[in-house]
Amino acid sequence: MDFVRVTLPSMYGFCCWLVCAQPRQQSMHIAPNQHMRGLPPSNAACPMRQHPSHHVRISGDQSHRVRLPPLRWATLGVTSLLAGCHLVLFDPRGDIGMQERHLIVLALVIMLSVVIPVIALTLFFFWRYRDTNKNATYAPNWAHSTAIEVVVWGIPCVIVLFLSVLIWGTTHKLDPYRPLTSNTSPVKVQVVALNWKWLFIYPDYGIATVNQLEIPANTPINFQLTADSIMNSFFIPRLGSQVYTMAGMQTQLHLIADEPGVYRGMSSAFSGPGFSDMHFQVKATSDADFRAWVASVRHGQGDLTHDAYLALARPSSNNPPTAYAQVDNGLFEQVVNQYPSSMSGMPGMHSAMNRAKE
Amino acid sequence: MSSTTLSMTPDHATHDHASHDASSTTKLGFWVYVMSDCLIFAVLFATFGVLAGNTANGPAGHDIFSLPYVATETMLLLLSSFTFGAGMLSARSGRRAPVLGWLIVTLLLGATFVGMEIHEFAALIHDGTGPDVSAFLSAYFTLVGTHGLHVSLGILWLGVMLHQIYHYGLDEVVMRRLSCLSLFWHFLDLVWICVFTFVYLREFV
Amino acid sequence: MFGKLSLDAIPFNEPIIMGTLLVVSILAAALLGAITYFRQWGYLWREWLTSVDHKRIGTMYIILALVMLLRGFSDAIMMRAQQAIAASGNAGYLPPHHYDQIFTAHGVIMIFFVATPLILGLMNVVVPLQIGARDVAFPFLNQLSFWLSVVGAVLVMLSMFVGDFAATGWVAYPPLSELGYSPTVGVDYYIWSLQVSGLGTLLTGINLLVTILRMRAPGMNLMKMPVFTWTALITNVLIIAVFPVLTATLALLTADRYLGMHFFTNEAGGNAMMYINLIWVWGHPEVYILILPCFGAFSEIIATFSGKPLFGYKSMVYATASIGILSFFVWLHHFFTMGSGANVNAFFGIMTSIISIPTGVKLFNWLFTMFRGRVRYHQSTLWTIGFMCTFAIGGMTGVLLAVPGADFVLHNSLFLVAHFHNVIIGGVVFGSLAAISFWFPKVFGFTLHEGWGKASFWCWLIGFYLAFMPLYILGFDGMTRRMNHYDNPDWHPWLVVAFVGAVVIFMGILSTLIMFFVSVRQRHENRDLTGDPWNARSLEWATSSPAPFYNFAVIPTITSLEQHWENKVTGHAYEKPDHYEPIHMPRNTGDGFIIAAFSLGLSFALVWHIWALALVSLAAILVTFVARTYNRNTDYYVPASEVARIENERFARLATITQVVPPSLRQHEAA
Repeated sequence: MDFVRVTLPSMYGFCCWLVCAQPRQQSMHIAPNQHMRGLPPSNAACPMRQHPSHHVRISGDQSHRVRLPPLRWATLGVTSLLAGCHLVLFDPRGDIGMQERHLIVLALVIMLSVVIPVIALTLFFFWRYRDTNKNATYAPNWAHSTAIEVVVWGIPCVIVLFLSVLIWGTTHKLDPYRPLTSNTSPVKVQVVALNWKWLFIYPDYGIATVNQLEIPANTPINFQLTADSIMNSFFIPRLGSQVYTMAGMQTQLHLIADEPGVYRGMSSAFSGPGFSDMHFQVKATSDADFRAWVASVRHGQGDLTHDAYLALARPSSNNPPTAYAQVDNGLFEQVVNQYPSSMSGMPGMHSAMNRAKE
Repeated sequence: MSSTTLSMTPDHATHDHASHDASSTTKLGFWVYVMSDCLIFAVLFATFGVLAGNTANGPAGHDIFSLPYVATETMLLLLSSFTFGAGMLSARSGRRAPVLGWLIVTLLLGATFVGMEIHEFAALIHDGTGPDVSAFLSAYFTLVGTHGLHVSLGILWLGVMLHQIYHYGLDEVVMRRLSCLSLFWHFLDLVWICVFTFVYLREFV
Repeated sequence: MFGKLSLDAIPFNEPIIMGTLLVVSILAAALLGAITYFRQWGYLWREWLTSVDHKRIGTMYIILALVMLLRGFSDAIMMRAQQAIAASGNAGYLPPHHYDQIFTAHGVIMIFFVATPLILGLMNVVVPLQIGARDVAFPFLNQLSFWLSVVGAVLVMLSMFVGDFAATGWVAYPPLSELGYSPTVGVDYYIWSLQVSGLGTLLTGINLLVTILRMRAPGMNLMKMPVFTWTALITNVLIIAVFPVLTATLALLTADRYLGMHFFTNEAGGNAMMYINLIWVWGHPEVYILILPCFGAFSEIIATFSGKPLFGYKSMVYATASIGILSFFVWLHHFFTMGSGANVNAFFGIMTSIISIPTGVKLFNWLFTMFRGRVRYHQSTLWTIGFMCTFAIGGMTGVLLAVPGADFVLHNSLFLVAHFHNVIIGGVVFGSLAAISFWFPKVFGFTLHEGWGKASFWCWLIGFYLAFMPLYILGFDGMTRRMNHYDNPDWHPWLVVAFVGAVVIFMGILSTLIMFFVSVRQRHENRDLTGDPWNARSLEWATSSPAPFYNFAVIPTITSLEQHWENKVTGHAYEKPDHYEPIHMPRNTGDGFIIAAFSLGLSFALVWHIWALALVSLAAILVTFVARTYNRNTDYYVPASEVARIENERFARLATITQVVPPSLRQHEAA
């Protein structure tokens, strides 16, 4: 495991350096919270620099380099292509999303280091050994070389070895069930996927909302998720990981928003005719604003009793954002337990079930 | 089986003289088919294993199974495998009458087995413990029923073979088909042993 | 009497469907009328519908695939048009109910009725020829398999006009596909079309496996088998290993829908996650079933057109075998987001990335086959190069998706859609089109038109990149798949580009069709008189083009991996044997066609709950099958004189050519 600790961070650092050390480095020095948040993404500068990694510090003098070595150009090309257009996965607003962005870039760079030469070599050989080129050597019986065989098996093996170490480490680190460490105590949200809208229950505050998720920024959010009937997947691209919501089962997800803003949330597993409208707004606010919002909801209208839940659960789409000042105690558990006796032993849900009990 | 096939050079006979459906090729093909059928049962067993506990407030296995009844079914099927084996031995020595005799006994044993199973199913459904009651019962009915369906098809095949033995005698084609059917029959016996062990016996241990 | 079927089942109020019905009816009437007018029914029945010849059956598989490609592509371009329109409040022209059926049908058709028939067709045509056999092990079964596939395709087509199709996505996850949430016959059409065609695929798998194991020419041990046959062998092993799982899984879903059982329901202890596991235990090996024979075809093509033996034959064989084995240990990567533990996810992620090792080795081997070769720029070479570059990218994005941490944000996104189209179009479609242009003369006796073939290649290549690179980007921009409409204006321009790409792909499909048309018209100029138009290497090129119905007048004895090349180099190719012997061949039969026709009746009756028709059809199937076992006249001998006549004609044709074996070969024979 020393290998993991030493090699990966150094490769990771190298790649981040490749990615981030671009000429327009100065925007790095602007602290994230001085930016206007919640603006449309097009207003943001290059997001790669806007949100420096929490894990890798980039020394300033590298940013003054003007001449870039070829590999850096290649990487830069890929990342600026991807990041330059403010794609949400490359412009995350939460720690999990940020780690996943780095993981994607790192994995892509590792693989491109082989894929690009292979494609180049393919085109080169195709051109070089065209039958009209009589200058090229023709070895009509040559079909074996132990040395080349060793190399062609070796290269993919080495790459996959690197990837495997990367996969093992990051899969544990990014496990959706893993609670986030933070000085702030987490906020619990229970998510129920209904046909075709999202119900969010805040058990600690006794309130609930539909198609609208209000969370405090810089506070870990512990999601418990289930579905009323059809399976969906709960996904807020700018914050990171998604997880399935399944009837009769409970899954978990831990996310954090690093800054206030308005983000899109959606279902990303097809669930029937209302699927395309099954999205919601995520509003990350300051802690004070969040408390104020909770208080306002509590003083508002709406009581999500069991009967009101059953009415809500009937199929409908495009439901406007709604808030409930009161929620029946244990409503989420009732929804999870409405189908008795589903437990089993296949790999996927076995662990989902066991871990749900933890 | 397949490893010997892999290493052996193909026989010239396949190409030059004998028919395409040369006996050994057909038997290999049927073996492969039986293996694939085995996988269907594997899925059904796995499903049963996963769902066996999901009785959903319905009855569990030991509430509804009668071990002596199932043990009788098992004996019938084991006996039918024995009589089929005896029939095959007579067939190898080319005596038609004892073959017909043994196979008729096999057919009757098989038919009794299927009859008992139908009776068991009918009783369960009549008592309100049909396959729509719980996942456990769905898995049970499907696994046992699929086996029963196979035995029924085997009986149909056996009936056809009885007529063909009578009609054509024990010629090459009939012998080839008989050996495939024999393989099928013993295979079903084997599956039933697993059903008996993992579905029924398990409940009473 | 008619079960759930009534006139309401026909969607009279849907102009798109009624228009399609009108066009299909006119085309069908024109086709049937033409056959009648030219008095071709007898010919069609005797030579094709009742044929047990593996080359004819293979050809019909490929025709089926091309016809279904047109349907699957219409679905594709309708989806692209919908998404190019339905931005920011615009509902587009397809309501969700229709749109959802279209993407389901697109997936089902492209996998089961385009890619699978293409692969089965190619294996059927090529495998017996490559191993020096006269037909497959069980010719009647082969015919039955084909017609069962047709039944599946007919059911899917029928669902468009009578009733509806599943609106669940192509793997029909429950509980959405359960009766409570999909109460119409759509999912039932899905189930029965897959069951019937799946049975056909399984039977073909058994058939070809036994053919390869038992019917190779004397002397051809496993390590003298051409690479395509090796890939076919592994593919058929995979078919036999996983199609029963599909059959069982769909049967359980059927039990839920028809008998009120609770395998995958939410209620009464059912477990939908079990379906997801089972369907992918089949589903992942399925993609290797499709791609491996294409790898084989590329290997044959690249060696032939580089004028060199394949580099690293043994590596290729071991790589193929290890892909086959590894494909069973990766299925969970289709649902990393289900909440499995980190250890489980990491294991399946690592296993998936390990598959890229043998795949990478293959790419390198093709590369080094070109190295120091003399590469001819034939259309099939272009497809191969296009494949190598495209597949490298698709493989890479696949490994990226296999990293659970990355999959947590890319799962079910358009990135995933782009990935699997990248490998299926770049691999299976390019591979099949390359293989068709490569082996076409062996079946029809003339080569395909180069210009239109190359035009098709460029359209497909450019169209593919235009249509799917935007989807990768949209995946990074958080767009999920299967959206009927969306309100994110950032996505819109990319979807318009993707639509343009689909139009370019359509031009590629058109070019292919024009290529066939032009080639048939110019068949006399493009005759292949030698039987070896590409100066190729393996056994199928040793016989004439088109190959005679018995394939080889005298079964060759194998001493070399590249027997035909060896014979050309040593001067033993095209030697006339001293005498011929009678050849034992299977007789044509209509039984496969008839059984399949009754299966269509059975499935249709089951879809609509017409129990009387179902019982009658089932009985008819059993009776036909049993009746066939009483038919002792299933094969015959071609007299030696007839063989001699056909072969003499061939040698007469050969004599008209001055240089049968290319001079370059003789040169290095001398060297």
